[in-house]
Amino acid sequence: MKNIANKRGFLLALLIITFLLSFVIGRYPVPIGTLLKVILSKIFPITKTWTDTIETIVFRVRLPRILAAILVGASLSLSGAVYQGMFRNPLVSPDILGVSAGGAFGAALAIFLSFNTVGIQISAFIFGILGVALVYLISIKIKEDPVISLVIIGILIGSIFTSFTSLIKYIADTEDKLPTITFWLMGSLSGISPKDVKRVFIPILLGIVPLYLLRWKLNVLSLDEDEAKTLGLDTGRLRIIVIICSTLMTAASVSISGIIGWIGLVIPHLGRIIVGPDYRVLVPTTLLLGSIYLLIIDNMARALTTVEIPLGILTSLIGAPFFIFLLLNKGRSWDK
Amino acid sequence: MIEVKDLSCGYGNRMVLKEVSFTGNSGDIICILGPNGSGKSTLIKSILGLLKPFEGKILIDNEDIENWNWRKRANKISYIPQSFSSTFQYKVKDIVLMGRTSYLNLISFPSEEDENIAEEAMEKLNILHLKNKIYSQLSGGERQLVKIAQAIAQQSEIIIMDEPTNNLDFSNQIIMLKHLKEWIKKGVTVIMATHYPEHAFLYGTKALLVKDGKVVEIDNPKENLKERDLKDLYNVDLKLINLDSQDKAMKMCLPIF
Repeated sequence: MKNIANKRGFLLALLIITFLLSFVIGRYPVPIGTLLKVILSKIFPITKTWTDTIETIVFRVRLPRILAAILVGASLSLSGAVYQGMFRNPLVSPDILGVSAGGAFGAALAIFLSFNTVGIQISAFIFGILGVALVYLISIKIKEDPVISLVIIGILIGSIFTSFTSLIKYIADTEDKLPTITFWLMGSLSGISPKDVKRVFIPILLGIVPLYLLRWKLNVLSLDEDEAKTLGLDTGRLRIIVIICSTLMTAASVSISGIIGWIGLVIPHLGRIIVGPDYRVLVPTTLLLGSIYLLIIDNMARALTTVEIPLGILTSLIGAPFFIFLLLNKGRSWDK
Repeated sequence: MIEVKDLSCGYGNRMVLKEVSFTGNSGDIICILGPNGSGKSTLIKSILGLLKPFEGKILIDNEDIENWNWRKRANKISYIPQSFSSTFQYKVKDIVLMGRTSYLNLISFPSEEDENIAEEAMEKLNILHLKNKIYSQLSGGERQLVKIAQAIAQQSEIIIMDEPTNNLDFSNQIIMLKHLKEWIKKGVTVIMATHYPEHAFLYGTKALLVKDGKVVEIDNPKENLKERDLKDLYNVDLKLINLDSQDKAMKMCLPIF
């Protein structure tokens, strides 16, 4: 247990360092000394020696983006971790129940109908939740094998939403709307405002907190369905709680970031390699790892080249080889 | 005490067993015998609530359990299935600790006391050395012992097992069967499906013969389970042989080719 406390301490320190360095990275230079003064000036009276531009960049541009990366990274990773357990399948990602497909359709529709940014976010959020609700309601009509039913219905509903998204892209104005939709679908955190972060903070928290509190039970849920029930776990009830929490945070994340793949699949595996499968330690570890990972990826997205690289491209370009590396060097983190 | 009254059960619309009745008192070992596909597992799953019975009642301590939730059921009945594994690499001690699930509410974690109970259960089965090993990478027999330890940690009055000795080597079968005797001394009721008629002779206080959708209850199988019954049940020619070794009389069931 001491070993695990050390690992968690290390990850926490890593998150704080990444958090601070993320303010420094970017086209407009913000020296680290100035950064610390700017941040501390919010708490202590420090004579202002920096320009207003720096203050705006730190608090209005970079801070919201950094917080968004942390929230989205944590949400997607935790969703992946709890879904992998619930579906007893290490290949599951948060998209499995159609939340991303629904969200993508919602965003594409809103862009097509010329909604503003807030409208696009709300539409993505609502359709993300709608997609999962549809999957759940259909799957409970199938009496046996609730887990497999969810997966199959999830894939089917997801593909229906994706078809509608394609249809919108097909008929959308190629000069203006199609590029916006395409860019949205590739995922990005550029242009995040403090208000966007405030808007998704509550749903994300409503997802993370219950899962964090009941995390020991997630171990039991990851066993065979009959075993979990006869050990005294109301699997049906826990499953719906997990789906609601996971959907809330993923839909909220997708609404501000667009589609960011891979992170929800890779990070839980990395977590299991580091601390093992026990959700008591896996949940906090996954939250930390996911935040750090997306923060680093987002820094690369805005600093690697003069143009922003869409996050979806980077996460798969880095996530997939990283996953291969883990498999080759650390072995599997599952056994079936 | 568990009472099964006129239970009819099966899968979907297909009725497998009709009007099953029997009673299990504390200290009983009830052996369910029957050919493959006769409905032994169906009966077990229906008693556990994993299959919804079509008709009839199951009473525990005179209370109908139809509307009991999983937690309440698990406090009274534990289950060791035929096959089991885990997708993720839990340690043996984590798996045994999960036997305490029914004592915890949704957001509480196992306490130190729960950990001690799990540890004692592993000690009883001589598997304490496996404690930090990865459950999913153990042999079938070792995993079975871990599941039995989990059932011990669950501390229920009724233990239901589906072919409990299937994966076990000879010595572990004996450890397991010795443990059965310890359980019933403490007043536990054991219900087990088995492919070995000898189990019923060795320590069964009751046998349930499952065939053609019906269940026949036989009290004290050592005396009352006859060669004829087994021939009919399995539809093969066989011979029951009495062995007298020192103070213990034993019956063995031999096939005739």
